[in-house]
Amino acid sequence: MADLTTDFLGIKSPNPFWLASAPPTDKEVNVRRAFEAGWGGVVWKTLGAEGPPVVNVNGPRYGAIYGADRRLLGLNNIELITDRPLQVNLDEMARVKADYPDRALIASIMVPCDEASWKAILPRVAETGCDGIELNFGCPHGMAERGMGSAVGQVPEYIEMVTRWCKMYYDKPVIVKLTPNITDIRGPAKAAKNGGADAVSLINTINSITSVDLDLFAPEPTIDGKGTHGGYCGPAVKPIALNMVAEIARDPATHSLPISGIGGITTWRDAAEFMVMGAGNVQVCTAAMTYGFKVVQEMIRGLSHWMDEKGYTSTADFVGKGVPNVTDWQYLNLNYVAKARISQEDCIKCGRCYAACEDTSHQAIWMHEGRTFEVNDAECVACNLCVDVCPVENCITMERLAPGTVDPRTGRTVPAEYGNWTTHPNNPMAKAAE
Amino acid sequence: MTSPFTPGITAGRLTPETLSSNFSDLHAPYDGHEASVAADRCYFCHDAPCMTACPTDIDIPLFIRQISTGQPQAAARTILEQNILGGMCARVCPTETLCEQVCVRETAEGKPVEIGRLQRHATDSVMASNAHPFTRAPSTGKRVAVVGAGPAGLSCAHRLAMLGHDVALFDAKPKPGGLNEYGIASYKSTEDFAAREAAWLMQIGGITLHTGRKLGVDVTLSELQSDFDAVFLGLGLGAVNALTCAGTDRHGVSNAVSFIEELRQASDLAALPIGRNVVVIGGGMTAVDAAVQAKLLGAENVTIAYRRAQDAMPASLYEQELATAKGVRILPNVMPVAIHGNGTCAEIELEYTTTEGGTLKGTGETTRLPADQIFRAIGQTFVPAGTDGPALEHGKIAVDATGRTSIPGVWAGGDCTPGEDLTVVAVAEGRDAAMDIHTTLTGEA
Ligand SMILES: Cc1cc2nc3c(=O)[nH]c(=O)nc-3n(C[C@H](O)[C@H](O)[C@H](O)COP(=O)(O)OP(=O)(O)OC[C@H]3O[C@@H](n4cnc5c(N)ncnc54)[C@H](O)[C@@H]3O)c2cc1C
Ligand SMILES: Cc1cc2nc3c(=O)[nH]c(=O)nc-3n(C[C@H](O)[C@H](O)[C@H](O)COP(=O)(O)O)c2cc1C
Ligand code: SF4
Ligand code: SF4
Ligand code: SF4
Repeated sequence: MADLTTDFLGIKSPNPFWLASAPPTDKEVNVRRAFEAGWGGVVWKTLGAEGPPVVNVNGPRYGAIYGADRRLLGLNNIELITDRPLQVNLDEMARVKADYPDRALIASIMVPCDEASWKAILPRVAETGCDGIELNFGCPHGMAERGMGSAVGQVPEYIEMVTRWCKMYYDKPVIVKLTPNITDIRGPAKAAKNGGADAVSLINTINSITSVDLDLFAPEPTIDGKGTHGGYCGPAVKPIALNMVAEIARDPATHSLPISGIGGITTWRDAAEFMVMGAGNVQVCTAAMTYGFKVVQEMIRGLSHWMDEKGYTSTADFVGKGVPNVTDWQYLNLNYVAKARISQEDCIKCGRCYAACEDTSHQAIWMHEGRTFEVNDAECVACNLCVDVCPVENCITMERLAPGTVDPRTGRTVPAEYGNWTTHPNNPMAKAAE
Repeated sequence: MTSPFTPGITAGRLTPETLSSNFSDLHAPYDGHEASVAADRCYFCHDAPCMTACPTDIDIPLFIRQISTGQPQAAARTILEQNILGGMCARVCPTETLCEQVCVRETAEGKPVEIGRLQRHATDSVMASNAHPFTRAPSTGKRVAVVGAGPAGLSCAHRLAMLGHDVALFDAKPKPGGLNEYGIASYKSTEDFAAREAAWLMQIGGITLHTGRKLGVDVTLSELQSDFDAVFLGLGLGAVNALTCAGTDRHGVSNAVSFIEELRQASDLAALPIGRNVVVIGGGMTAVDAAVQAKLLGAENVTIAYRRAQDAMPASLYEQELATAKGVRILPNVMPVAIHGNGTCAEIELEYTTTEGGTLKGTGETTRLPADQIFRAIGQTFVPAGTDGPALEHGKIAVDATGRTSIPGVWAGGDCTPGEDLTVVAVAEGRDAAMDIHTTLTGEA
C-alpha cells in the first residue's frame, strides 16, 4: 500500500483527501467523525464576521439531477455560510485541531470586502491553531447579493486586494477559493497569485437552476412558490472543474501556484485525474453528502492501489504529470489519422453507432444484412461519436493509420511527421515551415 | 382432512390461503422505481430488433423511453395504438420467444430488457385511471359483423369502431374475451383482468355485444352477409384433438382446455376437484398450463408426458422451467398406449419412443404411472361453423395477408386461420383485417 501522506503548502495530512468547506464540516461533531472515518483534512464551513450569524431558508435548499437508478449526478444548493455564532465555531475548531494534530484543519472565511473586517477576524482564527485559511470568493448565491463570495471572486482587483490583506495580517498559508462563474479562470488565479496567495482552490459551485416544477411553474428547490439560482456541484461539474484546474496549471503566469482541486470528485480515479492535471490535493463535498464519510475509504484504497500499480511511492510522483500534455487546439497533430474499428465479436447489434453516425455525424457506418455494422473508411473522420454512444465498452476502438498508408477518405498518404494548424496550408495565418 | 395425499379426484386439497397465494400474479407488477430502473436498461436501439419481433409492431424503444421520462400513460398510448389488448399481451405473451428473445441485452448478457413487465406497467396505469385514450371518428354509416369476441374479434371490433363503423360483436359464450376469459392460465390474468379489459375496450363506443349467439346455430353466415357491409370471423379453435389409445373413455380422462375453463370460471378454487396423481398428455403451452395449475390446486404428483424429446416441446424453455419449478415432472419420449382402471382411471401405460429417420416409433418398452386424472392437451382444431363457410387451408380458414377469405366481404383472423396460435398474433390479425375492411368500405387507406 503506497503511502498517501501529502504535503500541501507545508501542511501535512495522511492523505490528499480533504473535505471541502460545506455542511460536512459545519460542526465539531461531524468533523470528528470525518477524521475517524479517515479524511486527511477539512476546510471548516465558511465563517462570517462577528455579530448575528446569517440565516438560512427554512424550506428545501437542495435540488438534484439524477442518472439511472436515481444515482445523484448533480446537486444544487442555496445554503449560505455557517449560520452558527463565530465564537462557537472557533472554539470547536481549536478543540478539534488539538485532538487531531496530524490532520489538516483550514478555516474558510468570508467577511465584507473591507480591510477592517479581515483585520478583525484573522487573529481570532489564528488562535485556533488551524493550519491555514481559505478565502471563500466563490459562493454564487445569497452572499454574493451582499457583495461577498462570488461578487468578490468575479473582480480580480478585489481578489488581489483581499489576499494582500490576509497575507499582511495572517502568517500561515492563504488559499484563495475561486468561483467558476467567470469567463476565464486564469484572471482570478493570477490576481490571487499577485496578491501573494500560497495556493488557489477550485471550483466553488456553478450558478444553476436544476429543474422547474411544471405545476408551480417555478424553479426547484421551490420555497413558497419561488426559487432562486443555486450552486451546482457533484459528478456533473467535474469536467468543468478539471479544465479550470488544467488551465491554471499550464498557464506560465500561474504554473507554479499550488492548486487544491475541487468539483465532483467521487472516486479515487477522479482524484487521481485532478492531481495529474496539477492539483496537489483534492477537496470533496457532494460525494460525502451522498454516501457519508465512509466514501473516503474507497478513495484511499483506490489511489494507493493505483500508485502501487504504477510504482509511485509519493503523490508528488504524479502531481502535474499530465499538465505538459494539455495544449492548444492549434498544436494538435493533424497528421494523426485514425479510423473507427468495430469488433464484431463484442457488438450486440443495437445500431446506436449507426444511428449516431448516419443521422448526426459522417454517414460512415454501414448497416449490412443481419444487422452487422461496419465502418466505411472512405467517410470516417474518426470523430469518436460511435465510441461514445456504443453501450459496450471497447467494442469500437480507434485505430491509427500507419504513416505511409493512404487515407481512403482523403486519398492522401499519411505523413510520418508531426504537422499542426499553425503550418497548415489552409491556414491564412500559417507561417511557412522552415 | 383432505390433503395432496388424499387418493382420487377431490376438492379442497389446500387451504384457501395457500390457493389464493398460489394463484396470484406470476410476476408481480413493478412499482414506479423498479419500472424506471428497468426502463433505463433499454438502449433505444436503431431499427430495434424487439419491435420487429413483436407481431403487433409496438414501438418498444419509444414506449420504454416514455416510461423513463415519467409518463407511463403516454407510453400506454404508444402500445395501445398498435395493440389494443396490450394489457393482456403484457401478461400472456411468451416474450422469451418474441421481443425479449431478440433484445440486444439478451444477446449481450442473457438478461433482456423486461419488455413484457414494462408494457404491463404502462397499460396498468391507463386501466387504473379507467380512461380510454381513443375516440371514434365520425360515423361512416357502415355496419360490420364480428363473430367471436376473442382477441382477434375484440381487436378487429375496436379498430373498426374507432374508424367510425358500427360493429355488432357476436359470441357463442356468455362472456366476451375468448381464451383470455376461458383459457389463459389464471396466474397470468388475475383479478378478472380479461373481463375488465374487454369492458374497458368497449368504452370506445359503437360496439354492440351479442353474447350467447352462435354462428351456424343462431345465425348463418349468409344472414350476416346480407345484414352487414362486412363480416369478420374470429372463431378460434373449437375442438380438441382426440387421444387414440385404449381406455380413453374411463372416468377421470378429460380435455385440458375444459379443465382450465372450469378453473378460470370457478368462484371458489377450494371447491374445484383435482386428482392426487395427474398426468397431462402433450407438450405445448396448454399442457404446461394444465399441469402447473393442477399442481397449484394441490395434486401430489403431476407429470407431463410428451412423445418426443424435451427440446422438441412446443412449450418454450421458460415455460418448461416454470413447470419444473412448480414441481411438475416432465417425462419426454413416451406415448400413451393404454389407460387402466376399473371404470375410473388408475394408471396410464406409456411406451417409450425414439425418432428414426424423422419418424416417431415406439421402442416396445413400456412403463406405468399411477393416474387418477388424465388431461389431454394434444392440440386443438378448427370446427367450421356451418357449411356455407369460406375455403379452408390445412383445416383452417384460408386468408390472404390482409385477412380476406375466399368469400368476398368476409374476413377472418386469429387461431381459426393459419399461423401461430398466440393472443398477440390474433390481435394483429384482427387489427389488420379491420384496416382492410375500412379501406374496402370507404376507399380510404
Ligand atoms: C390453455 C391455453 C393457454 C394459452 N395460453 C396462451 C398464452 O399464455 N399466451 C398466448 O399468447 N397464447 C396463449 N394461448 C393461445 C391464445 O389463447 C389464442 O391464440 C388466442 O386466444 C386466439 O384468439 P382468437 O380470437 O383467435 O380465438 P379465441 O380466443 O379462441 O376466441 C374465439 C371466440 O370465438 C367464439 N366462437 C367460436 N365459435 C363461434 C361461433 N360459431 N359463433 C360465435 N362465437 C364463436 C368463442 O366463444 C370465443 O370467444 C393459449 C391457449 C390455450 C388453449
Ligand atoms: C450545501 C453546500 C454548501 C456549501 N457551502 C460552502 C461554503 O460555505 N463555503 C465554501 O467555500 N464552499 C461551499 N460549498 C462548495 C463546496 O465546498 C465545493 O466547492 C463544491 O460543492 C464542489 O465540490 P463537490 O463537487 O465535491 O461538491 C458548499 C456546497 C454545498 C453543496
Ligand atoms: S468515428 Fe465518427 S465518422 Fe467515424 S464511424 Fe465513428 S461516428 Fe462515424
Ligand atoms: S453501438 Fe456498439 S454494440 Fe451497438 S451496433 Fe454499434 S458497435 Fe455494435
Ligand atoms: S432490443 Fe432491447 S435494448 Fe434494444 S430497443 Fe428493444 S428492448 Fe430496448
